[in-house]
Amino acid sequence: MSAEKTENLSWIDKRFPLTETWKGHLAEYYAPKNLNFWSFFGSLAILTLLIQIVTGIWLAMNYKPDAALAFASVEYIMRDVDWGWLIRYMHSTGASMFFIVIYLHMFRALLWGSYRKPRELLWIIGVIIYLAMMATAFFGYLLPWGQMSYWGAQVIVNLFAAVPVVGDDLSVWVRGDYVISDATLNRFFAFHFLLPFILAALVFIHIVALHHVGSNNPDGIEIKDGPKGNRWSPKAPADGIPFHPYYTVKDFMGVVVFLALFSLIMFYAPTMGGIFLEAPNFQPANPMLTPPHIAPVWYFTPYYAMLRAVPPMWGSQFPGVVVMFGAILIFFVLPWLDRSPVKSIRYKGPVFKVALAIFAVSFVVLAWLGMQPASDLSTLLSQIFTVLYFAFFLLMPIYSSLDKTKPVPERVTA
Amino acid sequence: MRKLIIAALLLLSPTVLVANTGGPSLLDADIDLRDQASLQRGAKYFVNYCMGCHSLQYMRYNRLAQDLGIDEITLRENLLFGDAKPGDLMENAMRPQDALKWFGTAVPDLTLVTRWRSSDWVYTYLKSFYVDPTRPYGVNNVMFPLVGMPHGLSNLQGIQEPVFAHDAAAGAAPVVVGVKLVKEGTLSAKEYDTMVRDITNFLTYAGEPMQLERQRLGVYVLLFLGVLFIIAYLMKKEFWKDIH
Repeated sequence: MSAEKTENLSWIDKRFPLTETWKGHLAEYYAPKNLNFWSFFGSLAILTLLIQIVTGIWLAMNYKPDAALAFASVEYIMRDVDWGWLIRYMHSTGASMFFIVIYLHMFRALLWGSYRKPRELLWIIGVIIYLAMMATAFFGYLLPWGQMSYWGAQVIVNLFAAVPVVGDDLSVWVRGDYVISDATLNRFFAFHFLLPFILAALVFIHIVALHHVGSNNPDGIEIKDGPKGNRWSPKAPADGIPFHPYYTVKDFMGVVVFLALFSLIMFYAPTMGGIFLEAPNFQPANPMLTPPHIAPVWYFTPYYAMLRAVPPMWGSQFPGVVVMFGAILIFFVLPWLDRSPVKSIRYKGPVFKVALAIFAVSFVVLAWLGMQPASDLSTLLSQIFTVLYFAFFLLMPIYSSLDKTKPVPERVTA
Repeated sequence: MRKLIIAALLLLSPTVLVANTGGPSLLDADIDLRDQASLQRGAKYFVNYCMGCHSLQYMRYNRLAQDLGIDEITLRENLLFGDAKPGDLMENAMRPQDALKWFGTAVPDLTLVTRWRSSDWVYTYLKSFYVDPTRPYGVNNVMFPLVGMPHGLSNLQGIQEPVFAHDAAAGAAPVVVGVKLVKEGTLSAKEYDTMVRDITNFLTYAGEPMQLERQRLGVYVLLFLGVLFIIAYLMKKEFWKDIH
């Protein structure tokens, strides 16, 4: 767009900050020029959210949130609705892809120290988004009304019953009944429809915070604190480049690769060997028949493994529930646990690198353990990796301040 | 660093052992959804031998006919019974309370059986009935101990006797590990294998009627994305050539 505005555009700009928004958030939002592979996942997360919202609305047009009809209505979508199978597989694949993208997006933040000052609030908003996503996925998983939908929800809602004193009343309040039933399905459908829009609003707030503090980069250097003046503006950071067109074309490339992987799964392995769509969920929910092995979907299994790792204490499962939720909530305080003088893994010392590697391995192993039937060995392993998971956070104030760091350069490196 | 990786791998190695689950081993059903003749035979066998008790309540007759290349006259003459119309779902007249009385359990709908059991399981199951005088219908199944149903294909297959494990501890109930055919039915063992494979093939189709279509469509989508990637890559390269 040239400096000369068209008549129509200036009419709009007097009434709505269209040009200002375009410039502030795209054409003149200066992102570090050294962003790499890891920075694709932010835009991919937005894309996945959009895919989920659009396919979800179309599914809702034929889905029946009724315990007697829900399972059959999903099969109706798969067989009788034009392109229904494609929309349904997009939604079921999209759910898992959303979590893969978000886990990589969060891991990126750990690599680059993106949770450190001045991005603490950005990080906290992100953790809230993660929580809202998990709630959305949990509500959504009940809707197909298969055996795993039913019994998975039963297990998770029963966690609330473990809360001392108010637990039983709380779980009845959540379910709307003494067991998972039609009442539960109805309210879960209502929440599953509502939450994505709250997610979209949270994403908006996340981006407002991001554009206020500026994007981090693989070096963890604040380009705003560096020298000023680039090709586009004398006041802009020297190491910044306009988000549009540079990162829009780059992210578009990432989007195409992502969609290819997405399609590969959706068209050739939509159940992903029983991980994205669990085999027992092709059986309608049967309140009288507990499946031999109940496991939540893969993106919840790290926490499920931690829940099972904690033995009942004082006749209550509550400690396990505390550990499970603690594992998620501990992300909130991460910005204040890291005492390293540097942000990025590039300039951190060996201890932090090893700690992060152990943490990542623990997360993956716990995810795997959470899918397996409980055995003495798997419980022991879950306990070991749960301790390692928490050690990453709780010992961070010590090891991050003791660790040897490398000198951070003045400017971003190519 | 390398030592740490090795240590981490060693720490993980016991987890591999947990994955080994027991149970009888499955035979390969050798599914081929492009084999329309097999699917047509499977549909015919299913309607004639299974559907008296087992419904396919999410599958429509005319969808089946269309996908399997069955014309409407053949459909009406061979697959539709009673008042059934081509657009109907493949339900049957068995009432759940009768099933409970006759078999001690509700008869499962089989539309999705290959998706929650697997095709190989269904194939192996159909070959794993054996005589067991303690059961109400005189048969049991290696894949499904204490199964409630009779062996609907026993006239065709013949009679199978159980094979017990040799290493069972004294006094313990013998464990059935396999079956052996002791009296051939009207079909040879090979013909019976083909028949149950056809049924399994058909049930695999019924579990996901659009499977071939999704695989076909996927090729075009991936080709399109491949071309789009080249364009996206060249565009990125062009825009970024002045960034150093």
